[in-house]
Amino acid sequence: MTDEPRYNLTELLACVAASLLENGCSVFVGTGLPLVAGMLAQRTHAPGLLIIFEAGGIGPQVPALPISVGDSRTYYKASAASSMHDVMSASQAGYVDYGFLGGAAMDCYGNVNTTVIGDWNHPKARLPGSGGANDVGSFCWRTIYLMRQQSPRTFVKKLDFVTTPGYLTGPGARERAGLPAGNGPYRVITQLGVYGFDPASKRLQLLVLHPGVTVQQVQDASEFEILIPDKIGLSPEPTVEQVRILREIDPRGLVIGK
Amino acid sequence: MSNPVEFSGELIGWHDPDENRQWVRENKPRQLVDKRTQVADAIRKYVPDGSLIAMGGFGHIRIPMALIYELVRQRKRDLTVIGKTAVHDIDILIGGGCVSRVEVAYAFGHELRGLSPCGRRAVESGQVKVTGEISNAGFQWRFLAAAMGVPFMPVRSMLGTDTLQHSSARVIEDPWSGKPICLVPACYPDVALFHVHRCDQYGNAQIDGIMVEDFELARAARRLIITTEEIVDHEEIQRQPWRTVIPFYLVDAVIEVPFGAHPTEMPVTYYFDEEHIAHWLEVSKTSQGTSKYFEEYVFSVPDFDAYLEKVGGLRRLTHLKQVMKLQPDLPSSRDGAS
Repeated sequence: MTDEPRYNLTELLACVAASLLENGCSVFVGTGLPLVAGMLAQRTHAPGLLIIFEAGGIGPQVPALPISVGDSRTYYKASAASSMHDVMSASQAGYVDYGFLGGAAMDCYGNVNTTVIGDWNHPKARLPGSGGANDVGSFCWRTIYLMRQQSPRTFVKKLDFVTTPGYLTGPGARERAGLPAGNGPYRVITQLGVYGFDPASKRLQLLVLHPGVTVQQVQDASEFEILIPDKIGLSPEPTVEQVRILREIDPRGLVIGK
Repeated sequence: MSNPVEFSGELIGWHDPDENRQWVRENKPRQLVDKRTQVADAIRKYVPDGSLIAMGGFGHIRIPMALIYELVRQRKRDLTVIGKTAVHDIDILIGGGCVSRVEVAYAFGHELRGLSPCGRRAVESGQVKVTGEISNAGFQWRFLAAAMGVPFMPVRSMLGTDTLQHSSARVIEDPWSGKPICLVPACYPDVALFHVHRCDQYGNAQIDGIMVEDFELARAARRLIITTEEIVDHEEIQRQPWRTVIPFYLVDAVIEVPFGAHPTEMPVTYYFDEEHIAHWLEVSKTSQGTSKYFEEYVFSVPDFDAYLEKVGGLRRLTHLKQVMKLQPDLPSSRDGAS
């Protein structure tokens, strides 16, 4: 059999991510896979999803995949073309339900590094920095992370740099630091499964496995211990319709081709 | 509350608010003055070596590229650049050898287009020093504080992270809630560079599309150089004064530069020149390729008009306008302006 697989991994992740977004909610998205997931949700079960871009686009019907979070397409048929001050203030004031981020590396409390690999003063690799990620992770009620490459090098015991806050050092740490109360990382989606955070310890916990993935694979792909509950779910495979819409959203495969 | 965090970020762009008020009083004329000039003259006059500079726009959106190329052409050195999601602009300036320091919210990357070979090489080799980290909202609100003439702005992000520790912010106890609050210091860039859709000879400027950080940045910077797709009569500004986002008294120089954002996007007017951006990202993988790029597109041409001819002239630029317009129902740049 040489049949093409019906969907690729990125398409699966986009569908899983989209399913977390409810109709009538607001979501702060960056470019790439988070946006593809938001657009998919908007075109399927959540037509009333309010998509917000950090550069000022509010409530667009995104026609085609924007290359930048400031691209004209981020305010196509939008309710407002505003400013960063406006949308960041709105999220600080509590108007934004979900934040959708990617990350280079994460620890067991959902803290994320996108700044440097190695020592900050003499970096082995310099990454772009926080951008709006620290603000999104601080302000949005629930932050969802999409990390395509879970491995012991990306799920690490100690981050080289905490760019964006997860639960910091554990329960109550965010509030003690002065971050808005009741916020924090909500889900982490990787190529292996979907994770949440144990309410008592605020540590990363497996919730759902993708088709064909085992618990052992999940644990092997992490430097820290992942909490494994008794009951684990299984991600549904993307439907034909979802895959069709994804390829309509990103016909050049800029994101889903990866 | 004790403050256990040791902050290591260098404080850049800060002035005592009274000192800045005095500077404004002495240096910013309040009357309508014709500020039209040339790109080369404006850069020569307002951007000495060692300046702290910021660019309007965002990423590859509405970037004042004619001014950026002119900084390279005049071989400006030792600039400190505000990395408030600085992407193509800072990359060109680093490649051109103009930059020695950057305060970073987002730099050395090109969003979906990948990481910047040129910027990363410069930081990893120590050619460019990162003065400190901050978040996008943090930078935005440093400008807001400066625009308001207050010394700092309270912010509820960055708390608890290394981003905060490597920033120039401070944490105090909010006197009302008793909770820790982050204070970001006002930031007054020496000069900010903007490209806008239309502007009159005095500097009253209109921008179509999102403002990003430009409302606050324009009010924070001490000097403002504006390039514009077109210079319009003052009467056109007066007809719809509510569309003015940068009032004249903030502005020091006005230059008409059609397609002045190429190869970046001018919202609702022309789209990215994806081929030219890809070309830069390819050649900037090596320092030889970078030098060759500048030889071809900056040093061997006298000005931005000649550069535009080199990248394909009217035919190419018309195409980029069409790419923008081919998306049906995008708002036209003159909606509501007639």
